[in-house]
Amino acid sequence: MSDSSPTLAAHQPGLQHHFATMEQQTDASVMGMWVFLVTEIMFFGGMFVGYMIYRYMYYGPWLEGSQHMDFWWGTINTAVLLCSSLTMALGVRASQLGQRRMLVTFLLITILFGLGFLGIKSIEYHGHWVDGQFPGANFRFSGPNPAQVELFFSFYWAMTGFHALHVLIGIGLVTYVVYRSWKGAYGPDYHNPVENVGLYWHFVDIVWIYLYPLLYLISHKHLSG
Amino acid sequence: MTTAAVPMRERENYLNQEYGIKSWLLTTDHKRIALLYLLSITFFFFIGGFFALLIRLELLTPAGDLVQADTYNKLFTMHGQVMVFFFLIPAVPAVLGNFLIPIMIGAKDLAFPRVNLLSWYIFILGSALMLYTILNGGVDTGWTFYTPLSTEFLTTNVVAAAMAIFVVGFSSILTGLNFIVTIHRLRAPGMTWSRLPLFVWANYATSIIFVLGTPVLAISLALVGLERMFHLGIFDPRLGGDPLLFQHLFWFYSHPAVYVMILPGMGVVSEIVACFSHKRLFGYRFMALALIAIAVLGFLVWAHHMFVAGISLYAALIFSFFSYMVAIPSAIKVFNWTATLYKGSISYTTPMLYAFGFIGLFTMGGMTGLFVAALGVDVHVTDTYFIIAHFHYIMVGGMVMAYLGGMHFWWPKISGRMYPEGWGKLAALLIFIGFNLTFFPQFILGYMGMPRRYWQYSPEFQVLNVLSTAGASILAVGYLLPMVYFLWSMRYGKIADDNPWGAAGLEWMTTSPPTTSNFDEIPTVTWEAYNYDQLTEVPVERQ
Repeated sequence: MSDSSPTLAAHQPGLQHHFATMEQQTDASVMGMWVFLVTEIMFFGGMFVGYMIYRYMYYGPWLEGSQHMDFWWGTINTAVLLCSSLTMALGVRASQLGQRRMLVTFLLITILFGLGFLGIKSIEYHGHWVDGQFPGANFRFSGPNPAQVELFFSFYWAMTGFHALHVLIGIGLVTYVVYRSWKGAYGPDYHNPVENVGLYWHFVDIVWIYLYPLLYLISHKHLSG
Repeated sequence: MTTAAVPMRERENYLNQEYGIKSWLLTTDHKRIALLYLLSITFFFFIGGFFALLIRLELLTPAGDLVQADTYNKLFTMHGQVMVFFFLIPAVPAVLGNFLIPIMIGAKDLAFPRVNLLSWYIFILGSALMLYTILNGGVDTGWTFYTPLSTEFLTTNVVAAAMAIFVVGFSSILTGLNFIVTIHRLRAPGMTWSRLPLFVWANYATSIIFVLGTPVLAISLALVGLERMFHLGIFDPRLGGDPLLFQHLFWFYSHPAVYVMILPGMGVVSEIVACFSHKRLFGYRFMALALIAIAVLGFLVWAHHMFVAGISLYAALIFSFFSYMVAIPSAIKVFNWTATLYKGSISYTTPMLYAFGFIGLFTMGGMTGLFVAALGVDVHVTDTYFIIAHFHYIMVGGMVMAYLGGMHFWWPKISGRMYPEGWGKLAALLIFIGFNLTFFPQFILGYMGMPRRYWQYSPEFQVLNVLSTAGASILAVGYLLPMVYFLWSMRYGKIADDNPWGAAGLEWMTTSPPTTSNFDEIPTVTWEAYNYDQLTEVPVERQ
């Protein structure tokens, strides 16, 4: 940071007064996002730890609960979210190349995929709700170990619920970036917010990559065998 | 009045740059945000203190006469929650850290000034929820929210209190994130890691805990809330859920959080001891590494809060072992402070008195921490006043002393005025005496078997309880004094020099108070921290 002249840097748009150079600002803001993602990992980590312990203790009921997941909707949703990550990455690239229309288009597609994910998720939620698979007074299950199956559903709702909340927040962030992109705020010199929102979006995607097998795919081998 | 004084007052600084409520509520200046935090946490300090006062008054007599048992449960719960989450955790980082870290590393501001302001607004939102909880009849879970008491049996404002602490946690997370990125990316040219003041190292270690620990507290409290509202059963034994899981998750954050309530204090004390010994701090590198070591070890000891909760003996042994390990970096710190004093040119100013108090009381708190880390002793003293005394020696004897010491030390920089030294010394003395009188008897009470969290007790404990309550009244006077003379000094105090203590560090090389951008020109650092051998001038304030 010492090798730059501050007078030159001051002319760059988007450079805040307390940074010496654009490079320093970009480094700081990307690092901030990564640190934030660490906190997110710890946040979800609490639930993953609980899931691990109980799955180890109650494997049978966990397997049973997993059979009640909607395998196809879950799989399609995984594909939807993966595609959204692709369009997000293409959007970040468009912003680096300064292609404003491409950037806006890719981000809009990303939003659509995000909304699609939430839409499918609500279809699933509705099904579980109707089938009495929400924990509490309305919970209905007629097999063995109903209590532990209910516990599985507690994790299902808490983990996917917090994930869905993150998707919702992600959609909000991408919408903001679309608006700013439309106004021409980002170009090859300054596209840091696009990258950061991209990082966040990929993180939310990765959480789902873990949730999908943990909740939907508990030993399908046992099922067929 | 005299013409000579006028230019001094008219010098531009962050306080007179702009006026009006809007210039404060929409500021992104880290120094103004620090003052916003100062006001907020002082407010909560007195609320928490008020609860403490009622607790001590109730315990003046063995019978439960002043309040009912239920009310008493609420009093100690809210005393704990307010003091821990709304005062102690933000005290040094959010006030002094916010004000000083950018200046100490030669930056114009924190890396994310708007996030910094956002974190204060999140704090205010959490505060509003906490005040709602208090005014709406309170909460009586104990500050720990243990399940299934909190999820099943209580009808008080558990969800509101949990939400308050959930929300306020995000303010800590953002502050920690901001500090980490700032310390990594915004150091002035030449300000290498091995030249950072230990105050910065201490806040860096604290930030690691904020970032890694607080989200786990957030999810634990969120799950408690979901369990109460929607009957999710993650901690519900009837579904095979385990209340112990909550304790694990809670203490995974809350034990490191205990170190949040001491590490920044260690940073403050390091600055004060070096300054008023007029000597380079002994063993700088070890001091810095010890701070990081305490932060890291802090994540490996949480289950020592659960020795009697039915965890396996082998787990208990390992957690006991790691708890003992914490003594090593802690001892390094205490020995190096005392080694710094050795052959130093010591001045007994108010901040130094607080630092002395800190070193002694922290040592007591730390040593009794080893007692309770021992499995056998812990079984005897669990949930007694011994525990209360132990952690108050760390939190109040350690952290509050350090916080007040730091406030006095940097008050000339913050306000541009000197506080009255005589009153300062008197308050420091009152606080030291009052503190020991309040909490030392509690060690004995606990060892004799007086349990915590009861509103009445056996008559044989009364003498020591009366002593404790008497001490608390002295302590209260001691805390009110600085409040009064700090306010007084803002108008009538002597105008402070840029470096009234003859201290080393970048914050003393800028003006008092600093300008909005801290420095006219970003300094280039060519010297080590605490280069007191190069500073020969001894200013009037410390003679």
